[in-house]
Order: sequence, then structure tokens, then C-alpha cells
Amino acid sequence: MPNSYVGQRVRRTEDPRLIKGLAHYVDDISLPNTLHVAFVRSVYAHAKINSVDTSAALAAPGVVAVYTGKDVAQKVGPVPCAGALPDLKVPDHRVLATDKVYFVGHPIAAVVATDRYAARDAVDLVMVDYEDLPVVTDVEEAAAGGTVIHESFGDNIAYKLTAGEGDIDAAFAGAERTLKQRVLHKRLAPIAMEPRGVLARYFPGEEELTLWSSTQIPHLMRTQVALMIGLPENKLRVITPEVGGGFGSKLNVYAEEALLGWISMQLNKPCKWIETRRENIQATIHGRGQVGDIEVAFKNDGTLLGLRYNVWADLGAYHQLLTPAIPTLTGLMLSGAYRIPAIQINITGVFTNKMATDAYRGAGRPEATYIVERALDLVAADLGVDPAEARRKNFPGKDEFPFHTATGLDYDSGDYEAALDKAQQIAGYAELREQQKQGREEGRLIGIGVSTYVEICALGPSQAMPAGGWESATVRIEPTGKVTVLTGASPHGQGQETSFAQIVADELGVSINDVTVIHGDTGVVQYGIGTFGSRATAVGGTAVYVAVQKLKEKAEKIAAHILGAEAGRVSFESGTYSVKKAAAAGAAGQSEPVYPVGEGPAGALPEPQTEGRTSLTIAEIALAAHLAKELPPDTEPGLSATYFFEPKNFTFPFGTHIAVVEIDRETGDIKWLRYVAVDDCGKVINPMLVDGQVHGGIVQSIGQAMYEEVVYDEQGQLITGTLMDYALPRAHHVPNFELDRTETPSPVNPLGVKGVGEAGTIGATPAIVGAIVDALAPFGVKHLDMPIKPEDVWRIINNDSGSI
Amino acid sequence: MKKSINLSVNGVSRSDEVEPRMLLVHYLRDVLELTGTHVGCETSLCGACTVLLDGQAVKSCTIFAVQADGASITTVEGLATNGELHPVQEGFWERHGLQCGYCTPGMIMTATQLLDRNANPSREEICHGLEGNLCRCTGYQHIIEAVEYAANKATDLHGNRG
Repeated sequence: MPNSYVGQRVRRTEDPRLIKGLAHYVDDISLPNTLHVAFVRSVYAHAKINSVDTSAALAAPGVVAVYTGKDVAQKVGPVPCAGALPDLKVPDHRVLATDKVYFVGHPIAAVVATDRYAARDAVDLVMVDYEDLPVVTDVEEAAAGGTVIHESFGDNIAYKLTAGEGDIDAAFAGAERTLKQRVLHKRLAPIAMEPRGVLARYFPGEEELTLWSSTQIPHLMRTQVALMIGLPENKLRVITPEVGGGFGSKLNVYAEEALLGWISMQLNKPCKWIETRRENIQATIHGRGQVGDIEVAFKNDGTLLGLRYNVWADLGAYHQLLTPAIPTLTGLMLSGAYRIPAIQINITGVFTNKMATDAYRGAGRPEATYIVERALDLVAADLGVDPAEARRKNFPGKDEFPFHTATGLDYDSGDYEAALDKAQQIAGYAELREQQKQGREEGRLIGIGVSTYVEICALGPSQAMPAGGWESATVRIEPTGKVTVLTGASPHGQGQETSFAQIVADELGVSINDVTVIHGDTGVVQYGIGTFGSRATAVGGTAVYVAVQKLKEKAEKIAAHILGAEAGRVSFESGTYSVKKAAAAGAAGQSEPVYPVGEGPAGALPEPQTEGRTSLTIAEIALAAHLAKELPPDTEPGLSATYFFEPKNFTFPFGTHIAVVEIDRETGDIKWLRYVAVDDCGKVINPMLVDGQVHGGIVQSIGQAMYEEVVYDEQGQLITGTLMDYALPRAHHVPNFELDRTETPSPVNPLGVKGVGEAGTIGATPAIVGAIVDALAPFGVKHLDMPIKPEDVWRIINNDSGSI
Repeated sequence: MKKSINLSVNGVSRSDEVEPRMLLVHYLRDVLELTGTHVGCETSLCGACTVLLDGQAVKSCTIFAVQADGASITTVEGLATNGELHPVQEGFWERHGLQCGYCTPGMIMTATQLLDRNANPSREEICHGLEGNLCRCTGYQHIIEAVEYAANKATDLHGNRG
């Protein structure tokens, strides 16, 4: 079959509505008589609530109701946590604080008013009598004891977990060399450009609640919210309209989502809450938040023998959906792209007086890649070898796959050396090193950083997931020949309305303009898992692909029946079923339809003209299947197929990133010279979308490496609570990316795709930090913690350790 | 104590009574139902709410509707003419200058002003011109290419200016 869309740079079908300003995000949906909700949030990081006086707020103009923690404690169930770990301590996480607050931004009361200005005004009229308590924000201090956040637990340790394979003690005992390094992964704020938002509408007669929410997981959210508010799941419909970015922050079930539904049911009116940016930084999950010690054992020739990572994970005050699970993903990926015989992670998950950490793009895996890549840089520096060669020495060969790691995984496929070679060739690595050497003689500070990463994608096999790791698809051809695809994935910028349509259009031999991909509506789409963990194409796309094959099997049977051919005597090409030549010899040659489907009289379906035909388009078969007058015996009417794809393994994309920077000696400013990325995400459906994912991921890494950091002070006050203080990369901060790919298909799915959504945030930070550290090597620098700011660099150059 | 305002939005004359504290972005979105202009930070820092006010790119989240009295406003909905995409819109589509699309209307309006002022900007000038607009998805490279596409397209349309 001619392959006309897959592999091409097809423009996105979702774009016209977005570039014209005609798309609908949650706040763009207006329902008559909508009430607006605003939240009273804690200004203390840890305090006892003596009382909440709502009387002044209730008397304010436009205010309809005010709900406090006491009002809802018995009505709305706790915020769910799906991280099932042995002996995990799970605090009772109520949707509104009852007797204590545990972090700045902790919701205390919900104010409902007739417009958003009135609701915000009334928030200031709710009088909360706090009694402040000692605060603990430092993760190691919290782990050591002292102030206990959740008193009933006796300490702040949510869990301890040790994982890994191989004899780690023997590896270190027998090693010729060992190294240690402390590394910090600061807290990051995901900052989707669209903050969270919920619109809830309850119909009391039908007893049906609809929630429009800016989420990545409409079906999982429906199940959880139904349980939280005690509504039968099939009476709750969750719709994700346009979602303005997620990056993991909307892979969650939040208190506000359940509360808005419950409030709408109390008041029998639509209720809307749109998160402000300040709330977003206070009370939407953060990412990263680890303090750890790396220990690495190796031989004099650079062969790795063992890696140990002792980590304190800053979980925050409560568990959100996946909070405790994130550090375990770090443990899974500690082998990176290397053969390491013994690996051990020792995790201590710790409660602190801060917002919960959870999945932020990469979710535990960027930490792992950073750890193992920093370890490789330290090994290279210790041995005086080139960091690229230190890596090359420890790669498994391309014929060693599936490759078993000491973290218990089996990497599906890979050719790590090919990606490194290609990146070095594009970068002109040898010449770059020569330039660096010459530059140093001239006093220039040029640095080159290399990262050869592996990530784990296509989450995942259900055995490894808390609530199913499969994905669903329905492909249906309507009576008019238009193709409808329903996917359980929930794209929010990734472009699967286009890439899934590419797959389907090729398989059915139809125009991409005749294919519509529907997602994010539990009232329309069969159950699905959602979009996260770089899974949508590898798992959801595969479900679509297999569903199309099932649909074609049925279409072929119908075609053979109508064309009067034996099964197996019908061929399919370019959207048309034909009787194979030998069998068609005796048939009359009328193969053109009298008029094409869709051009019949207005308001009437065309009559299929099947008499004497030797070929039929798939659209004609769909019409015949719908009219059901010419179906083979025991064939269900309609032309639709559904498939739930369960992957047998994860996929493991990989690549090499090379960053080149130059440091301004006068200011400490870090300037980009080059950025080369060679990524291998298996087969590519749409290279333009892949490039976009890689660009965006790398820039989030640039943010982490050079700008971003959620800062709480010792009192637990959030001092990076606006975009003035929380620095995101802007257009003038980014290099001109030089991207290329290698293509190693995944054997895990028939499309051969691996996933690319998180590659940039996983592969890039070590390359960037490596480059900056390399530039500062003449000053004896071996490691720096992110974000590395010009001020830090200037102090190193000027040998200034003082504080401002 | 509502105030009366008269202004032109996307070429249509509007007269409304608004609260003095109503933000321009809420007037556009809630009163005129032009929801293409988005709110991303309420503090002028992200640029999602950028519109043209008398041809100048402004952040409509920190301007009161009453301050726009007498002005001529263009929002993203008013950019296409007779169903034809503006070259900047076309550039964003052709060069994959958007992913989630939330920052896109503001980016497009800023880029429109940028090209009005400088028909053939360098990459550096484009980056400088887009400094006031945040995008969390694209990493900016495709946005920069989209603006370059629009500049080239406009040059082609109006004769070779470069």
C-alpha cells in the first residue's frame, strides 16, 4: 500500500482553530448562570487552625456560599494516592484543611460568588485564626526528626526503599577506584501556560454531573472523583477541552476537581474555578526535589563496576496521585546507557511543609540520567579521559539487546554508539576540543558537555502500573465514509489528532481530511488511561493501528461477499477492495460507482451501487455495512473496531546530546555556541512533531540547568510565587538547535515507535551542566548544582565565596 | 459605578458600560466573548493576553477596559482577513510554531507588531521581540522559524524589500 502520510512532516490538523483563537480551553466555555469559585489558602507553612469565620464573606455582595474544611470533611473523600509501596505512610489528605495547614497554599475554604471579582474580594473577608507551628522545609532535617508534620506517624519518613541487583558491596570493595558526589535536584514548577481549571455542571433531574477539567487523565479522574464525591461513575462525565500544556502537572486528581463537582451538586448551578498563576506555583504539584549522594566504583581503565545512590526525596506535606512513586522511577533508570554490574538505590521519602512533588516531564528519570551522566563525567575527569570515550567504553553493544540492567529492566533495542558517533560527527567533536584548547590558551572559557541517555517510555505494562498501562482505540467508518477515531490517550499539545490520523489514513487509503480523532471525553470515548510517560503514540497509537487492522478484516469479508469473491480472493489497495485478477476475469467490467458516496441527494444517504462491480471503496463498504442489506451471514452491521493494547514491555529511546557553551569572564554569563541532539525514538510518524517535542524538552532542561528553582524560605514561605521570581527560559535564552536522529525500531509494538515526549528533559540537563563544568575546569571545578547562575560562575572565576 | 466606554475591536464599534476595575482581557473575553485572548499569569509576565492597542502590542491582563476607551483593538480573532490567514498565523501553522496553543494568540500578536516594525528581522531581533512572551512547549525554535516564514512571505507579497 502506498505510504503517503506516515513519516511525513504533515501540518497539524489541530492548528487552524488554535491560530485563529477559536479553540476552547476550560475558561473559554461559558454556561448560563455560572457561579465562580475562589479559594482561601494558607499563608502559613504549618499552623493550627483555631477557627474560620466566614460571616463577613457571606455578607459580601454576590457571595452565594462559603465552604470550609469542616463543612466538607464528611462529604468529600480524600485526595487519592495511587503509589502503592510497602509500608507507605499515607496522610489523610482532605480536600480542604480541617484542623491544621501543612503548606503555603493549602486550601482552607471555597468561596462561591456570582462573578470572579466578587469571589476574589470575598476571599479576603474570610477570617482564619491561625496558631503557627514550627516549620520544617529541609529534607534531611525533616528526615532526622525534630518537628513532626503528621503527628500520628511519629516521624517525617513516608517510606524507605532499597532496590537494585548485583553485589554492590563487593563491587565497591574490589574496585580500583571509587568516587562520591553529592547532587541536588531542586524543586521545579511545571508551569503549563494554561493554569488548571474546572467547570462543573450538575443536572439534578438526570442526576448527572459533567466536569470540564484541564487534565491529562479524563477517565482516571472520572473514576477517582466519582469515588470521592459518592456519585455513580456512570453519572459523571469528564471532558477535557483544549488543554494548555500539562508536563505531568495535570496527571493528577486534585482537591479542586472533586470540590467543584460537589459544590455544583449542592447549588444546582454551573461552577467554575480557574487557577491563578500564584495558586499554580503554590498548589499545583512540583517536580524533582531530591538530595542525594552518588557513589561510583570503577576500574583504572574506566570500566564501571557499581553505582549507589542514597537519596532523600522531598515529597512535600501530602501525597498527590503518584508522589511516592516518582523516586522509584529514578531507581529504575540508574543504569543509563551503560553496563553496570551492580546498582543500588536507597530511597528515603520525606514529608516537608511544602506542596507535594509528583510527575514533572521525565518524572524521576531525568534525575536518574543526571546522576549516571554526572558519574560518567566525574569518572572521565578522574581518569583524565574524554567524557565521550568514558561513555563509549561502557555501552552495551547493539547485538546485546534485549539488554538486562542491574535495575531489573530489559531494554528493548538500541545502538548507543551509533547515536554518539552521529552526534560527534555533526558537532565536529574533535575540532571542538581543539578549539577549546586553543581558546583556553587565549583565556577563553569554552565548555563541551556530552550526555548519552536512555529513557523508559510507553508506560507501560499493566503489571508495572498502579491503574492499568494499556490504551484503547475505536476506529469507525461512518455511513458517509468519514472516519472517526476514538482514543483513550488525551493529547494536550503533542499533536496526536494529526499523527493518529496519519496512521489511519495510510492504513485505510483515505485522505487525512476525512479522519477525525476524538479524545478527552468520557461520554464519547471508551475507557482510556491518558497521556503521560511518553506513552500516547507507542501504546495509544498501537491500539489505533491494531483497531484499524481489525476493521479491515471485517471490511474485507464484506467486500468479498458483495463482490462475489471467495475469502482471500480480494485485495486492498489505496482504499479500494478489488477482486484479484484471476478471479475477476469473468466478471463484468463495471468498476466505477455511478456516483461517489457523499454526492447523493441532500438529506438522503446514497444507495450503494454494487451490482456487477469488481471493486469497492472502503467508504462504499462502510455504507453497505451500515445499511446491512448485503452482509455475509453472522456479520454484525456497522464498520467499527475497538482494540485495547497491552504492551509487553516498556520502550527505551536513547540518544546523545552535545552542548557547547562559552562563559563571559567579566559577567559569568553563559552563552550558547552549539547544541547538537541525536535522538532515537524508534520509527517516526511525523518528524516535525518529534522535533517540536525535542526542542521543548531541551528548553525545559535549559530552565532546570540554568534558571528554574522553586524556593521556600526557612518559614516555608514560597518566595518564587510569580513568574517574576520563578525564571522560565525565554526566546533569547535558547540556542539554535541542530537535531538529527538514528532509527532503531522498538520490537515492543507493531509500529516500532518508542516515544519522545520526555527525551529532551531527560537527555539535556547533564550535557548542559557538563558543558558549564567543563568550561570552568581550569578553575578546578568538577561539579556544580543546578541551576547554575551567572552569579555562581562569576564567584568561581573571581574566587569569591562571600555572600551578598 | 459603571463607566461608559467606546472603542473599536477588530474593526467593529463597541459601546459598553463596565466596572472601572474590569480588566481589558476580561472585557474582551467575558463581555465580547472573544476568548482567543488568554490569561496566563495576571502580571504581564507571560504575554498570553497580548493584543494590539492602536497598533501596539499590550498585555491586556494589566490594562483596565476603561483605559482602552477610544482605542482601536485587534485580537487574534481579527487578524485573518476575508478568511485568509495572516502571514504570521500561516507561519505558525507551516513551521509547527505551536503545540498546546495557549500562548499562541499572544505570540502571534507580538510577532505581528514585531514584523510591522521590522519587516526583515534577524534571528536575534526576533528573539528580542518575543522576550515578553513565554512558551513552555515549543522551545521557541519553531516559533522563531514561524516569524521568519511570515517575514519572507510578506516580503514576497510586497516585492523584494530585502
